[in-house]
Amino acid sequence: MERKPPPFPDSEEQEAHSEKAEEESGDDDDDDDDDGGEDIFTGNDLFSEEGSYPGVQEPSVDNQHASNGLRSDDDEQDLFAEARVELSLDRSSTKGIREVTRSSPSAPDISYKSSTSKMSFEKPEEEESNDKFELNIAVTHPEKVGDGMNAYMVYKVSTQTTLPMFKSRAFSVRRRFSDFLGLFEKLSEKHAQNGYIVPLPPEKSVVGMTKVKVGKEDTSSTEFVEKRRAALERYLHRVVSHQNLLQDPDVREFLEKDELPRAVSTQTLSGAGFLKMINKASDAVNKMTIKMNESDNWFEEKLQEVENEEQQLRKLHAVVDALVNHRKDLCGNTAVFAKSMAMLGNSEDNTALSRALSQLAEVEDKMEQLHQEQASNDFFIFAELLADYVRLLGGVRNCFDQRIKTWQRWQDAQSTLQKKREVEAKLLWANKPDKLQQAKDEITEWEAKVTQYERDFERICATVRKEVLRFEKEKSNDFKVHIIKYLESLLVSQQRLIKYWEAFLPEAKAIS
Amino acid sequence: MPTISQEYKTALRSVSVDLNNDVSLLIDIPDALCERDKVKFTVHTKTTLSVFQKPEFSVPRQHEDFIWLHDTLVETEEYAGLIIPPAPPKPDFESPREKMHKLGEGEATMTKEEYTKMKQELEAEYLAVFKKTVQVHEVFLQRLSSHPVLSKDRNFQIFLEYDQDLSVRRKNAKEMFGGFFKNMVKSADEVLISGVKEVDDFFEQEKTFLLDYSTKIKDSTTKAERMTRAHKNVADDYIHVAAILNSISAEENTALKKHLDKFSDMFEKLRKVEGRVASDQELKLTELLRYYTRDIQAAKDLLYRRARALADYENSNKALDKARLKSKDVAQAEDNQRQCMQKFEKLSESGKKELTSFKGRRVVAFRKNLVEMAELEIKHAKNSVSLLQGCIETLKNC
Repeated sequence: MERKPPPFPDSEEQEAHSEKAEEESGDDDDDDDDDGGEDIFTGNDLFSEEGSYPGVQEPSVDNQHASNGLRSDDDEQDLFAEARVELSLDRSSTKGIREVTRSSPSAPDISYKSSTSKMSFEKPEEEESNDKFELNIAVTHPEKVGDGMNAYMVYKVSTQTTLPMFKSRAFSVRRRFSDFLGLFEKLSEKHAQNGYIVPLPPEKSVVGMTKVKVGKEDTSSTEFVEKRRAALERYLHRVVSHQNLLQDPDVREFLEKDELPRAVSTQTLSGAGFLKMINKASDAVNKMTIKMNESDNWFEEKLQEVENEEQQLRKLHAVVDALVNHRKDLCGNTAVFAKSMAMLGNSEDNTALSRALSQLAEVEDKMEQLHQEQASNDFFIFAELLADYVRLLGGVRNCFDQRIKTWQRWQDAQSTLQKKREVEAKLLWANKPDKLQQAKDEITEWEAKVTQYERDFERICATVRKEVLRFEKEKSNDFKVHIIKYLESLLVSQQRLIKYWEAFLPEAKAIS
Repeated sequence: MPTISQEYKTALRSVSVDLNNDVSLLIDIPDALCERDKVKFTVHTKTTLSVFQKPEFSVPRQHEDFIWLHDTLVETEEYAGLIIPPAPPKPDFESPREKMHKLGEGEATMTKEEYTKMKQELEAEYLAVFKKTVQVHEVFLQRLSSHPVLSKDRNFQIFLEYDQDLSVRRKNAKEMFGGFFKNMVKSADEVLISGVKEVDDFFEQEKTFLLDYSTKIKDSTTKAERMTRAHKNVADDYIHVAAILNSISAEENTALKKHLDKFSDMFEKLRKVEGRVASDQELKLTELLRYYTRDIQAAKDLLYRRARALADYENSNKALDKARLKSKDVAQAEDNQRQCMQKFEKLSESGKKELTSFKGRRVVAFRKNLVEMAELEIKHAKNSVSLLQGCIETLKNC
């Protein structure tokens, strides 16, 4: 039962969009799609995945892995441990199924001149209102397809949902990296100019991909694949937790359709590419000589906040990155030390001391594992969160720029209209009736445009406001959740540490 | 002038145990002063022995004075059968100084708070190096004072008592002994390894053991140093994370602010714990390995000397046989042979004693340090656990 996609607030503009770039039959530069590494997954059934991800260490004793991007055997039953996205209906429409199709945030009656009172902060629990639909998405099973430089990586995108707009309740498709970029491109084309914050997909990486293509099966390529898989999953979560985007048929198609037409223009538009575009656009906007006369400072202040925050997060990300690397160093050094200690234990001629030194070597081996896992947590829970938000904040900046562009377009139309009126006046004076009619037509045309553009501007102001508040809320929740997750990972690590040393202590005391 | 707390001293001293409990000669270094590159130690002696002029006295000494004392002991023929306690390593402030320099260069890029914290960390590191060098010099003297033979050494007594500068003596010693000792050490391995056939099982075993162990422990020391340094880096990173989280939180005015505050606070607290873990590991593990690497070397030196004496002995036997054959200078040869034999036997006897007690000492020291290290790791981890649990609890209820 196909549902008609809900009318978009600016549906008239949507139809005005030309079809996407013609498909070039040439090779798409798919250097981003290739991942090496073995695929050990063969399961077709969505819910019976077995085996662990390449590069994951043997299943940890405790369940701390649940809090990071790495899966281990324990997670096999619950593929969607990380995948839950709870959607709630907008508070204003509490009825049943049909309400899902109503797009809520269009409210054009909120004039941009309205008060700047921020939405009061709501606890996440409040979202569990009466009608809750579930939508869980997981990106799993990276699989290499093809060989050599033409190889690429395919991911399984599995959806589990009670939303009626989908054809079934559980389904999965195979997607490659360029498909994700293609989705982003479509969404940003349609929605970014209306002031929506479109989530950014993960970065392309020529270096990472080449290694994988070449078939190098070392830890760095498996790490890379895992990093990408996790990032793609987060990307989809962000997309579907945005109510408007979820309604976009492209999103549904991405999740549901068996075969997607190859996205070809993704060479230019990736996360990094888009960011570059945003920055260029920003510069262009800044160069605009006519400054907006803001009747309230909300937008200016907010934009400043966003820019500051982006800077700060960048700094923090750099530092956390250093932490990850240092912890990896520590991990490596500990392993080397453990081996050395084992050799020393062998060489020791006092029996009890020899045994104790060997035990110490084993403890240090376990410590190495701990450090390794903690470094992974540092990365997936902390560093990647920051990286995501640095990108997202770029997207937020973009929607502010779009607003200014929209304003500019309105202003330009107004001045064009003015010019047309002047022309008309001149023609009246010069008494040229045939040209006069044309002038009058043009005036009518431009009057309509001015009205349209003014409405557009009001609308985008409202959208931007709403989007920013939604984004802030989401960010707040995201950070809160991750902070706790991260601290819990540290906690588990320390608890295991205690166990190891407590096991060692009697051995040390037994030396005589 | 930094002083060293008693607790810290006793903690440090566990590297070599059972020292300084013979009341007749008590030595410690209560004070030390750092002047640019040079460290001036105040060596304090309390004694009931009549050989000294006063019952209690202090003298200032430099690192070079310790080296002079060590070298003269090594060169003393009489002590050939003893394990001479290893010389303390030169005070090395290179690492904290370099870091301090880097910090100065990077000052502009960090917040004032961050800079202050890093500076504090570095000052603590500097102080730790300082304390370690004091401790290692102190232990050297205490091992001498607790040795039945070495404690009576005249040069040792001069070192403790002489209230003038020792630099004149140092120069003389250098001229006298020059590179003799160094040359011996160079070929020592060859002597031992290729050397004469060992007659005594005990020494044969010791030789095999010490040669192998010394390589391994040297390796372990290096690896341990790298490990503890990496640990320190992680702890330092926590400072930066805390600082930036702090400044982000300052500009945040939603409910997230509280979370960020607590998160930043947690990093700050955790880094103190991690810092302690790193430095305790350094003291208990790395320092232990370092010390015994040097001590093993001293034991090896004893073996070299004995091996050399054995070689001399064998040569004297050969010479005696030859003399008897030729019936020329027999008495002289007999004399020589007897001397060599006596020297060799003396060395063997004292060597056996020394090496046996060395074994015992080593095992005891390892035990003590490993136990203490495990206990400290557990203590710090439990501390971290309670900090984290508290924070998580608060955040969940936030």
